[in-house]
Amino acid sequence: MKESSREQSAERVQLCTTINGVEVACEVDAAESLMDLVRGRGLTGTHSGCEHGVCGACTVLVDDRPVRACIVLAAQVQGRTVETIESVGGPDDPSRLQRAFSACSGLQCGFCTPGFIMLATGLLRENPCPSEHEIVEAVSSNLCRCTGYASIVQSIASVVEADPDAGAPARPPSRERTHEA
Amino acid sequence: MKAPPISYAAAESVEEAVALLTEHGDDAKVLAGGQSLLPMLNLRLAQPGVLVDIGRIEELRHSGVTEEGGRLCGSLTTHRELEMGAVPSLGDVAVLRTAASHIGHLPIRTQGTIGGSIAHADSASEWCVLALALDAVIHVRGTGGARRMPAESFFHGFFSTALEPDEIITGIEFPVTGSSSANFEEYARRSGDFAIVASAVALDLREGRCESARIALGGVAGAPIRLPEVERLAEGHRFAGPDDEAVRELAHACAEAIDPPSDVHASSTYRKRLTEVLVSRAVAGCLRHDDSEGGRR
Ligand SMILES: Cc1cc2nc3c(=O)[nH]c(=O)nc-3n(C[C@H](O)[C@H](O)[C@H](O)COP(=O)(O)OP(=O)(O)OC[C@H]3O[C@@H](n4cnc5c(N)ncnc54)[C@H](O)[C@@H]3O)c2cc1C
Ligand code: FES
Ligand code: FES
Repeated sequence: MKESSREQSAERVQLCTTINGVEVACEVDAAESLMDLVRGRGLTGTHSGCEHGVCGACTVLVDDRPVRACIVLAAQVQGRTVETIESVGGPDDPSRLQRAFSACSGLQCGFCTPGFIMLATGLLRENPCPSEHEIVEAVSSNLCRCTGYASIVQSIASVVEADPDAGAPARPPSRERTHEA
Repeated sequence: MKAPPISYAAAESVEEAVALLTEHGDDAKVLAGGQSLLPMLNLRLAQPGVLVDIGRIEELRHSGVTEEGGRLCGSLTTHRELEMGAVPSLGDVAVLRTAASHIGHLPIRTQGTIGGSIAHADSASEWCVLALALDAVIHVRGTGGARRMPAESFFHGFFSTALEPDEIITGIEFPVTGSSSANFEEYARRSGDFAIVASAVALDLREGRCESARIALGGVAGAPIRLPEVERLAEGHRFAGPDDEAVRELAHACAEAIDPPSDVHASSTYRKRLTEVLVSRAVAGCLRHDDSEGGRR
């Protein structure tokens, strides 16, 4: 085998990434999840629920798209852009979605809420005018044990209704459940 | 739980990935999107020593057309890209979009890859079932060079494939079959769950006459399977339409041809029943597509 500059495997990994607009250079354990990376930096709004990709409490955006931070390695976000709930807004400057969740009772205990807000933020960035069907499909991704989901769907729909011209032309439904017939 | 301690290397090229896999042998695992592998690490169901991250290999994102005219999509193409019809060389193939839309949830689909699904070879995986029905060709590269394997000989059994430990999947090729009409149907209890049974059917139809048929099933055996004996029953048949009694008979023959397992999700009998319903919907769907295409011409 040729001697080369080939990458050696290691248990510690050098990482450069952008988290909530701040460039971060650090060393992480190879096994560390993106969820533990952000929580370790004090961004504890990203919640840890199941730690195996089922509940969605840990949802963050990577390059604008929602992912589950417990099943993405910190090392995988090398050179990418990460956004957590803290970048969306806080008590003094809530985003429209956060205000909608508050107004429509889209949360009760609140454990699942950061995950839903990040999921919906990602959804609306890709498709600013989702149909109710598309919203229901998207939020079926995350678990909420309190609300029963209707108020979460309503919260997201209210943002779309409040600003119907916000975005791009409507897309065809993303899912064809042909077996419903 | 958290993943166990592990070593990690990010490969910058296919050659580098193959060299790393060769160096570490059985102790190494390829990491693509991580949507199957990382849950397994966190649950301690897998404990490889080294992860070889192929996620930064630009070449594996490329799609294109092969010399034979097949439509090739890079192994790192995400489920979401396929769902949105965003892979130029594939065009807007409805059956690919439909199959992709059934996979997990939005955040899984934005991160998980088609190559990862094929390599993981879950019996109920949408891509594995569809790859069988569309006669897809799996492009792989290893120390011994590149090879292409028909999906039919790729899936060996319970989570096992023809892939050697030093090989990675570089792309999935969907051959162009001009007169073929394909359809995908599955049943899962909740949206996003793995299918209890999934079925993909492709029929080559000429004026209603079925020249050849490919029927693939997921969730009914250790690996996704084709049903060649039943396919032969369809060959030469002239279907009167989606309601033709022959559609039911064909679907019934599929259910008779399998011996699915019983588990906490469903009994064997229920899986057979689902197979019958899903195959008949898939076949009827193909015939309906064919009708509407004819109507437009
Ligand atoms: C909650 C949840 C729901 C899901 N639901 C579904 C579903 O309904 N249907 C479904 O099909 N899947 C489902 N998945 C799995 C998902 O589709 C994964 O994306 C996919 O199975 C693996 O793709 P990946 O890129 O994430 O691969 P990884 O997890 O990175 O890898 C999976 C396996 O394939 C190997 N591998 C990956 N890429 C390559 C390659 N190019 N060459 C060689 N080996 C490779 C890895 O070594 C590993 O063994 C679900 C996952 C979760 C967490
Ligand atoms: S904590 Fe990540 S999905 Fe549950
Ligand atoms: S508000 Fe309590 S889990 Fe959703």
